[in-house]
Amino acid sequence: MERIDTYPTHLRGGFKLRPGRPYPFGATLVPGGINFSVFSRHADYCVLVLFEKGKTEPMVEIPFRGMFQRAESGDPVWGDFRIGNVFAMVVFDLDYEDIEYGFRMHGPYPRVERGRPGIHRFDPSQVLMDPYAKAIGGREMWAEEPDWNKRYQHRARVLHDDFDWESDRPLEIPMEDLIIYEMHVRGFTQHPSARVRKPGTFAAIREKIPYLKELGVNCVELMPIFEFDEFENRRVNPETGKMLLNYWGYSSVGFFAPKTGYAATGKSRDGTMVADELKTLVKELHRSGIEVILDVVFNHTAEGNEDGPTISYRGIDNATYYMLTEDGYYQNFSGTGNTLNCNNPIVRSTVLDCLRYWAAEYHIDGFRFDLAAILGRDPRGVPLANPPLLEALAFDPVLGKCKLIAEAWDAGGLYQVGSFPAYGRWAEWNGQWRDTVRKFLRGDFGQVGKAAQRLEGSPDLYGERGPTASVNFVTCHDGFTLADLVSYNEKHNEANAEDNKDGTNDNTSWNCGWEGATDDPSINRLRRRQMKNAFAMLLVSQGTPMILMGDEVGRTQCGNNNAYCHDDELTWLDWTLLETNQELFRFVKNCIAFRNGHPVLRSNLHFRNEDYLGTGYADITWHGTRAWQADWSEGNRVLAFMLCGRHARSGTAVDDYIYIAMNMHSEALPFEIPRLPAGKRWHVFANTSRVPPDDVSDPGAEPPLGDEAEFVVGGRSVAILVGRDRRTTPT
Amino acid sequence: MAFNATLEVTDRKIARITLSGELDAAAAPGFRAEIEKSAAQQAKRLVLMMRNLEYIASAGLRVLVFAKQKMGAACDIYVVAPQEQVVESLELTGLRHSLVIMREYDAAEIENLA
Repeated sequence: MERIDTYPTHLRGGFKLRPGRPYPFGATLVPGGINFSVFSRHADYCVLVLFEKGKTEPMVEIPFRGMFQRAESGDPVWGDFRIGNVFAMVVFDLDYEDIEYGFRMHGPYPRVERGRPGIHRFDPSQVLMDPYAKAIGGREMWAEEPDWNKRYQHRARVLHDDFDWESDRPLEIPMEDLIIYEMHVRGFTQHPSARVRKPGTFAAIREKIPYLKELGVNCVELMPIFEFDEFENRRVNPETGKMLLNYWGYSSVGFFAPKTGYAATGKSRDGTMVADELKTLVKELHRSGIEVILDVVFNHTAEGNEDGPTISYRGIDNATYYMLTEDGYYQNFSGTGNTLNCNNPIVRSTVLDCLRYWAAEYHIDGFRFDLAAILGRDPRGVPLANPPLLEALAFDPVLGKCKLIAEAWDAGGLYQVGSFPAYGRWAEWNGQWRDTVRKFLRGDFGQVGKAAQRLEGSPDLYGERGPTASVNFVTCHDGFTLADLVSYNEKHNEANAEDNKDGTNDNTSWNCGWEGATDDPSINRLRRRQMKNAFAMLLVSQGTPMILMGDEVGRTQCGNNNAYCHDDELTWLDWTLLETNQELFRFVKNCIAFRNGHPVLRSNLHFRNEDYLGTGYADITWHGTRAWQADWSEGNRVLAFMLCGRHARSGTAVDDYIYIAMNMHSEALPFEIPRLPAGKRWHVFANTSRVPPDDVSDPGAEPPLGDEAEFVVGGRSVAILVGRDRRTTPT
Repeated sequence: MAFNATLEVTDRKIARITLSGELDAAAAPGFRAEIEKSAAQQAKRLVLMMRNLEYIASAGLRVLVFAKQKMGAACDIYVVAPQEQVVESLELTGLRHSLVIMREYDAAEIENLA
């Protein structure tokens, strides 16, 4: 039956209107028209501004309150299209593919000049982007200089939400089985060597799905894809004179819109195909068994501090959206100028609406929250014991199966690794895994005990939450790549135009004897081995491993540990590395396959350190150069452990025995190996001190170990043995 | 250029719609009406002649999805002689794999209903 509210009641300037519905917020296609809805607690008057797509001057401005004409008679009539603090109006007969829209907000406070503090920043001369915009124009082509004369730079568009998903749905891969590949949408395929039709786009990633499949990862974590402004960072590279961009995009313009410049369809006349292109990518990745996690940035926006641009939020309701000091300055817990007021109830519901939208409309499998500790601060910035936003996310029905991963710290000094309010749902980027393993890897003293905790899933940090709370990583976008971690002692960020002051000084790296690239074969051998050691530890560790894009082929950023502003060969993945570093790629690929083949490496419960099944072996046992005698002393750099396959997944799965020996001492050492039950024999899966192809086997085809009692592990090397039935040994 | 869609259905139940102009949001309902007519006549093949179709927008793509759903899995949809921009839109939005795209009308394939 047809609804009775689909006909115009009012006219204004030739446009047919009727009072709108406050929910959902944003612009929604309704029969015959578009429902526009926007909230502001403090504004007292609002005007809808409609543009023909791309035009500088508006096509029409329609207030939400004032004198209109009756639709049926043309007689004058008063109208007030507002319910509570929500302005809502339907405009009929719009060509929704060819319009952009915004709002002007009037408030009862004096206008605040740019650069000055203010609790409210209403400025009716400024057209404001809808915080719920589902598509945003203005930056259609990546890095194409916009028309700066346009006062309305980031332009809300109307989008079709529907999509032909066929049978697709989120994959719901258990956290313990996940292997995350952290990648930059543009950087993954922009390099000419990628040889794709539309480099740097969502569409191009589809062409590289076979690569991801071959590597063996089952989840991609996309660095920010919410619309951002690559032009916000207007500095010049002192080495090349080239304009620096915000390449990473940790600076949201709009939370509901995919980055138009990442879409091959971004420049198309109908600029709303961007959503279809991204959904097609998600569907194709799912079809290949690969989940999609989005790196989401809710801690701040692209509006910056008092000096920043007015795009949307500050002009719509500054005091609601941002954490402010009493005299109206922006709080800066994000280190980027402002802090979104996430535990204000209105902003909280915006964040929830946003994530539900991505989960429901884009079939996104999970979210990684940038500087998530901020999300646990109250409107004055004080850390909350029971943060309502984090709790709401954890219990949200639509997000019920989504992965929620916190970067559990912020730039204001709140560090919550191991203590992030989890509600049984949240996982964390385990920064301590990274720090400890880096120290252990480079041979620091005093790391063996801590490394043991990290490798068994950090029960000291996540005792109640289990190993799946721990996302383990050696490297991520922030900091050195793995190749640089073993090639540089110091950061080299001069090209960022901040006098090498940006980026962390705490890299816990070791250059293996020479700072930067070298022809010295012994140094390069050692670096390759160290990279393999890092991957070996990552991929046998309990918890969820995360790999940084390109580390599997030794991607370098030439020592730059904060390459957020470089959109060139420094940050793009060079696909020729796949040939140059084929040895490393094969090692990583096989380690991933080994992990995927062994459930004992992927437990969702912590080990109990006991033999609760009567197998004769505890679920995990620790060893040193002497079997059964781990050396936990400060001066030791050696650790080995054995996993009992019969305890795999708490005894619910049957697996082989696995023994891992890590010798981070510079000299080779003999390891006494624990004896296996009768009928089983040790086989060598990996030994990073050996040259290819003996550095790693194809899983299932491991050669038997010659001497079952003692095994010499080279200096700075990792060996992985697998204990299984003699009869299954390949000949 | 104004959009135009003309439908002819052969006695062998092959529905052929010849499209020209720009298939945007304003034009999409007209195209959709022709699809509905084809479905009502229980067409076994849907052939979309696109040589003179200059542009397809999101709304037009959605009519193709609608056609796929309305005609059912047993009815193949052929897209004949589409222009480059149209093919690209079909490709980038993932529709290409559910359509048969051909450069010329291939009677041998399309009319073979065995």
